[in-house]
Amino acid sequence: MKPEALLHPTPAGLFCPIGRFHVDPVRPVERALITHGHSDHARAGHGRVLATRQTLDIMRIRYGEDFCQSEQAAAFGDEIEVDGVKVSFHPAGHVLGSAQIALEKDGLRIVVSGDYKRGVDPTCAPFEPVACDVFITEATFGLPVFHHPDPKHEIGKLLTSLKQFPERSHLIGAYALGKAQRVIRLIRDCGYDEPIFIHGALARLCDYYTSQGIELGDIRPATLEKKDPNAFKGAVVVGPPSAFQDRWARRFNEPLIAFASGWMMVRQRAKQGGVELPLVISDHCDWPELLETIGEIAPSEVWVTHGREEALVRWCELKNIPARPLHLVGYEDEGD
Amino acid sequence: MKAFATLLDRLVLTPSRNGKLKLLADYFRDTPDPDRGYGLAALAGVLDLKSVKPAMLRELVLERMDPVLFQYSYDYVGDLAETIALVWDGGEKDDSTDAEQPSLSEVVTRMNALGRTEVRSAVRDLLGHLDPSGRFAFLKLVTGSLRIGVSARLAKQALSDMSGHGDEEKPAHSRDVTEIETLWHGLEPPYEPLFAWLEGRGERPVLATPAIFHSVMLANPVEDGDLAKLDPADYAAEWKWDGIRIQMSSYGGTRKLYSRSGDDITGAFPDIVDAINFDGVIDGELLVGGTLRSNSPTRTFSDLQQRLNRKTVSGKMLEEYPAFVRAYDLLFEGDVDVRARSFLERRGRLGDIIDRAPHDRFDLSQLVPFSTWEELDRVRLAPPDPVIEGVMIKRRDSVYQAGRLKGPWFKWKRDPYNIDAVMLYAQRGHGKRSSYYSDFTFGVWTETPDGDQLVPVGKAYFGFTDAELEVLDKFVRDNTVERFGPVRAVKAEPDFGFVLEVAFEGIQRSTRHKSGVAMRFPRIARLRTDKLPRDADRLSTLTAMVEAREG
Repeated sequence: MKPEALLHPTPAGLFCPIGRFHVDPVRPVERALITHGHSDHARAGHGRVLATRQTLDIMRIRYGEDFCQSEQAAAFGDEIEVDGVKVSFHPAGHVLGSAQIALEKDGLRIVVSGDYKRGVDPTCAPFEPVACDVFITEATFGLPVFHHPDPKHEIGKLLTSLKQFPERSHLIGAYALGKAQRVIRLIRDCGYDEPIFIHGALARLCDYYTSQGIELGDIRPATLEKKDPNAFKGAVVVGPPSAFQDRWARRFNEPLIAFASGWMMVRQRAKQGGVELPLVISDHCDWPELLETIGEIAPSEVWVTHGREEALVRWCELKNIPARPLHLVGYEDEGD
Repeated sequence: MKAFATLLDRLVLTPSRNGKLKLLADYFRDTPDPDRGYGLAALAGVLDLKSVKPAMLRELVLERMDPVLFQYSYDYVGDLAETIALVWDGGEKDDSTDAEQPSLSEVVTRMNALGRTEVRSAVRDLLGHLDPSGRFAFLKLVTGSLRIGVSARLAKQALSDMSGHGDEEKPAHSRDVTEIETLWHGLEPPYEPLFAWLEGRGERPVLATPAIFHSVMLANPVEDGDLAKLDPADYAAEWKWDGIRIQMSSYGGTRKLYSRSGDDITGAFPDIVDAINFDGVIDGELLVGGTLRSNSPTRTFSDLQQRLNRKTVSGKMLEEYPAFVRAYDLLFEGDVDVRARSFLERRGRLGDIIDRAPHDRFDLSQLVPFSTWEELDRVRLAPPDPVIEGVMIKRRDSVYQAGRLKGPWFKWKRDPYNIDAVMLYAQRGHGKRSSYYSDFTFGVWTETPDGDQLVPVGKAYFGFTDAELEVLDKFVRDNTVERFGPVRAVKAEPDFGFVLEVAFEGIQRSTRHKSGVAMRFPRIARLRTDKLPRDADRLSTLTAMVEAREG
């Protein structure tokens, strides 16, 4: 069987005609398998949804009780039969609940990795390589320029800045699911135990992470009874980046804008975003991790989805690994 | 290199002056000699370092990686030094530790000791021993393109800020920036005696030559009621020319030209420097065109701009834009300090020196006779030359004192221009203003085949109060019609929009702007909520201002 007969791209996303399901569809479908809870991968309005328990919980938090008609939870490693296709979920190390999805039929196995990373992250289960014939990889940071440093080194920059500018509120932009909790946890692991203030958009997801056993320490809402310019003096505040350009940010004293993202590797990106303190902390693979993963799994074919496909495909060609871009649309950079 | 690279990374992204000063002062305090001295030289633009051509850097990186992958990377990043800094490790994780990276002084010493054939392998080796941020700093230094928004003046202010901290037993005196500027040009990197003095560990460095920069005397603007209290008989007046204030310093064969903040601009003005035939220190205005004595006109600031901000200058430039100095004052005559003499006495001595100096490169600023303030006001408003921007008023007995003291010297500028314009676009500000739309592009009406349309003529981001900013910001948020990245277009129709009264210092023709005019120093003078966009000015008003200025 050709791999395309088992899984191929359609306008709604990757489709398995034999099992009659989509993986991470970008529009409502009858049956969806979801890798993780970021909104470009996990959308509301599908008929049946198969995902990990944590991804289902996160979808419920974000979209409400009726985010789909019926749900089914998949445990890591369990084999589930979907209309004759063997399906299994494996940790992807991206955010809490994130999974790679393996599909198998007649001895042919395809792994859809979703978004993944290889670096250490105490807020989710680490990536597990799964042997396969076709490995579908993301390429968000698929360029040789991307080398994510040790995240603790980046948190060190933040702690130094707090000492240098003790009068300024340090606002850290971090996406609401995954990055925000990981950043808070990293700050804690670096020994900072002052209260951390959060934007309202993070509250429920932070609560959920805590309920799943991920300690975030003393976190408080960044709200005020009345305007007091000294209220957040020298404080660490975490919120979605979009909020910092909003009137919401005016409650802070001389805010110093930090942004936790893999994009912060490139100075011009930081400068354009008005970021004063870039923190290169990513939930995606950097270039060496992408190459390492392909080398480790050694698939007979690589399909590249969203991101900078052309560079990764080029690298595979140079290494004589058959590779092609899938040109899927609808996946943005949310989550990093 | 680590400390310097980290500093650069922060400076590039820190818009506020106070933030930069803090970062710089901390760097100078925490970094050991001689590294901080080389860092200081690099920031002040006076570090002498063997340069490397971008072509060689490109070859070095292509030894290690596929040209197609390099091109993808370069296209994405857009800056050669940064691209190379980031891709150098290729598919490998960066495993360098801070301890094994060469220091800035090691890098400078090594590079400057290299023979021509050794450069390639040394650069390759250094790149391999630095982390990405260190590589970026190194590449910016060797390609001579360190653009981080730090002037020499700011670096010296940071030195002043870091001084006076000594240890508890022996607290050091805080040093004023003008004192640092006075010493500056007599010292060489890595400035160890300077740091020792700043930290109270050493004596004030002694300078070998007076051909150094001496801090300049500045004037205060005339404000309401200032002149009524003063007797016109005590003061002399001279024209205020629209060039740049400079200082010429010549002694024992060393001839230097400094900007008023002490930046060495000697290299860009060989026509002036080569013509210096006197010893001493002269304060004056740098202009382009002909001197009074050569009977050809002084040219505009936009002509002068052709000669500014260049390290070197071509023969064609020298011919098309000849520079000269209009002398205002004398600080040293030979090696004799005359700053304590009166203005009129200094001027007398200055006149003798200028008389003997080449006539095409130097002239003496003329005094403007007047007997009452009203009379001076009249000539001020109708100057005989379009390149005059007002008058200077100086006490006849004033000594030359660095800084901006109130009383001895005043500047009385021509009133600013004013127009009513319509807000077209707004962009968010930086730092404290990052949640406000505080940078405004404004336009005026012009006739087009499709009827009257607004054409952008400038951009202003200050002049308003905090309360006015709230009003402007609310208007932008409530009336956005389109977004382009960080920029918002706002509603601007004849009967609906926001009229701004814009004040500016000058106006000139510009090929870079669609409107064909460019303003100098525009700022928002008033919010004209009482006016409708249809009442705003027309482009023809602005072009008439340019024509009036050109005479």
